[in-house]
Amino acid sequence: MDTSLKRTPLFSAHLQAGARMVPFGGWEMPVQYRGIIEEHRTVRAAVGCFDVSHMGEFEIEGPGALATLQRLTTNDVAALEIGQVQYSLLCRADGGIVDDLTLYRLAEDRYLMVVNAGNIDKDWTHVTTAVPADGARWRNVSDATGLIAVQGPKAEALVGRLADQDVTRIGYYRFAHGKVGGVAALISRTGYTGEDGFELYVAAGETERLWKALLDGGRADGVAPIGLGARDTLRLEMRYALYGNDIDDTTNPLEAGLGWVVKPAKGDFLGRAAIEAMRAKGPARKLVGLEMADRSVARHGYPVVKDGAPTGIVTSGTFGPSVERSIALAYVATAHGAVGAELGVEIRGQAKPARVVKTPFHPPKVKKG
Amino acid sequence: MANVLPDLRYTREHEWAKKEGGRIRVGITAYAQEQLGDVVFVELPKVGAKLTAHQAFGVVESVKAVSDLFAPISGEVADANAELGQKPETVNQDPYGKGWMLVVSPSNAKEWEQLLTAAQYEEFLAQGAH
Repeated sequence: MDTSLKRTPLFSAHLQAGARMVPFGGWEMPVQYRGIIEEHRTVRAAVGCFDVSHMGEFEIEGPGALATLQRLTTNDVAALEIGQVQYSLLCRADGGIVDDLTLYRLAEDRYLMVVNAGNIDKDWTHVTTAVPADGARWRNVSDATGLIAVQGPKAEALVGRLADQDVTRIGYYRFAHGKVGGVAALISRTGYTGEDGFELYVAAGETERLWKALLDGGRADGVAPIGLGARDTLRLEMRYALYGNDIDDTTNPLEAGLGWVVKPAKGDFLGRAAIEAMRAKGPARKLVGLEMADRSVARHGYPVVKDGAPTGIVTSGTFGPSVERSIALAYVATAHGAVGAELGVEIRGQAKPARVVKTPFHPPKVKKG
Repeated sequence: MANVLPDLRYTREHEWAKKEGGRIRVGITAYAQEQLGDVVFVELPKVGAKLTAHQAFGVVESVKAVSDLFAPISGEVADANAELGQKPETVNQDPYGKGWMLVVSPSNAKEWEQLLTAAQYEEFLAQGAH
């Protein structure tokens, strides 16, 4: 195995659990333990635990933190209350997406930015150089931070049993500080599966203790460790974007359907002019959901055609275990992207029938309010 | 180590071949299905199609990957497992049995001798080949 790959604090625990390890974004991560479809169904029906310690965490603190974040991110940070989480984007001046992220307001002048594992170095350079952090200081706490996602209809019962407080009071995209299984944690009601659940941020050295507490404490709930394979099928059924597949430096938030986290009224930010120029004339292409007529899988990079002529490209595709059909996301010409449009995906030289469908592909069950 | 059956022959691409009278039944090995993970789609040639040894004859798709299927032997497709269209997961559950893919009428019997024996295939797997 490639020794240049980084490992999370749970590496040994994954091997003991029989995980198949793969390289992902510079990390050696579990892609599956027992099988992707079984793990996917465990999360939809019961509860699963994901090691997402590879994600990056940056803290920014100081009286200038808000102004710095307003210039760097597309969403309106002024609207974020202490104890609240916000989905947002870092963009380049040309509107291309540097990364997607979640932003936590920890205190009056202190925020936590959570970024994708494969982008940690790029994002760190971007946030510390693209905008001067006047009156604020950045800290990269990625290596010091472990992160476990607990997702599924039984996640609230499991985390609630192990927590030192009533977690039912934590609303969606809200967080609290407390202890879970005796481990000090930031308890965040967020996730990447479409199910109710939590993401638990802990000190790196405590990650394994929490992991064991969750897997032991959740036996009666049917808890299981879940790999990156099921993480991908779960998020894709929800149409959640995956950086590097569906969005990247060359895609604009409006094309990606992420206009809802772009708030031009808040004032200037990196990428604002380019995004507003695109809004004015309308994006030439958009990210749409496709459903394949048969079970063949439309994968990243496959061409999309309309009546034999190229009209776009697949960015993500899989067999959706909950929807029980082959689904994909693709950028297609706006004129061909209406729900119901009949398109084709070129798979091994053959245009396989595909239809533009409404997303999410599977109904989300995240906690309301 | 994945299950290898003694009476079959094998390819380095992890297909198995089984003599049934004058015909050859073909599928993928237990090792292959383990490596692929959950199989969600199998594309096979129609009855009557011509196969050439070592050439791709179809594909198997798992959640994570797509993989070509290679013909162990040249010949004509006498039967294809239509049940895999509805239940591709059979390939995972029973790779040497109900998960079979084709029955081939071979055109060159000598090719059988060029396939790996079970012992050779086990050794190939032990060397960590993919």
